[in-house]
Amino acid sequence: MLLHTVNKSPFERNSFAQCMGHAKKGSSVLLIEDGVFAALKGAANESVVSNAIGDIGVYVLGPDLNARGMTDEDVIDGVKIVDYTGFVELAAEHDVVQSWL
Amino acid sequence: MPIEVNGKSIETDEEGYLADLNQWEPEVATVMAAIDDAELTETHWEVINFLREYYEEYQIAPAVRVLTKAIGKKLGKDKGNSKYLYELFPYGPAKQACKYAGLPKPTGCV
Amino acid sequence: MSEEDYEEDGEMNGKKFLYVNRRGPYGTVYALESLEVVLIGAAFEQDVSLAFMDDGVYQLKKGQNTDGMGMKNFSPTYRALEMYDVEKLFVSKESMDERGLTTEDLIVDVEVIDNAAMADLMEDAEVVLSF
Repeated sequence: MLLHTVNKSPFERNSFAQCMGHAKKGSSVLLIEDGVFAALKGAANESVVSNAIGDIGVYVLGPDLNARGMTDEDVIDGVKIVDYTGFVELAAEHDVVQSWL
Repeated sequence: MPIEVNGKSIETDEEGYLADLNQWEPEVATVMAAIDDAELTETHWEVINFLREYYEEYQIAPAVRVLTKAIGKKLGKDKGNSKYLYELFPYGPAKQACKYAGLPKPTGCV
Repeated sequence: MSEEDYEEDGEMNGKKFLYVNRRGPYGTVYALESLEVVLIGAAFEQDVSLAFMDDGVYQLKKGQNTDGMGMKNFSPTYRALEMYDVEKLFVSKESMDERGLTTEDLIVDVEVIDNAAMADLMEDAEVVLSF
């Protein structure tokens, strides 16, 4: 299966929207750097994420989330928080990584 | 160029500022002052300690104008002026005192 | 700028500067660069305003903790701006709303303005620096 990563803000680029449009059922999406803004509750694209959860595994990199003043309480229900080890494990578990730069 | 503090070698940059802020200890200031042929008194330490607290709170080494104003507020008007601070730190209160305090060079100073 | 250039009781007779911040912190270097330019520029006694819009509003988010990421958390420095006589901070209402943020979420006091007022602020500036 495929692991998608997004490192750009959904407010600034269409990387996240494109990623979600191309993520098939069973694949995973990992949000890193400014991509973590896509995982936040109360933001404009919340429904895109919450609708996808269940079909797609949505992950967010904890250190990047915390740096931007957010914690697990700020992320959309169902989004899983991983640390750097979790990032490596996700990459190892998937056959291919597609980075939406 | 590294300096010797309590038997340890501590790295500084070409202008004598600490390479790693976390390596600071009071003895660092004393050693740096000795290199400048200066001896630190109570009044020097007042400013050095003030700068360390300021950095802890704001994550920045203040510009001299800001330092002067803030010292005046904290330690009294007689100390919050450039004359007093330049007498203590003739190489420039912000630059020299920040160096002894283990802070980076104040933003905006060349 | 040398320390000797400093004069006490400098007068505010400079130009109207507006810094426009549109990027989040850490992901790119824009936020930190802007902050440094603001601090350096503050020595020149200009009339400075800072505007935060789009992801730029995230620069002021409370509770930033970079320990796990290994970059310096520069958000406390925004609280020092007042001492540099940089007191006019504006955030875009539309950008805050879009991100579910309120002024309660921010580390400094700001004035929330809508797009029309932001446009006026830009028109009114003599120098605009964009980050």
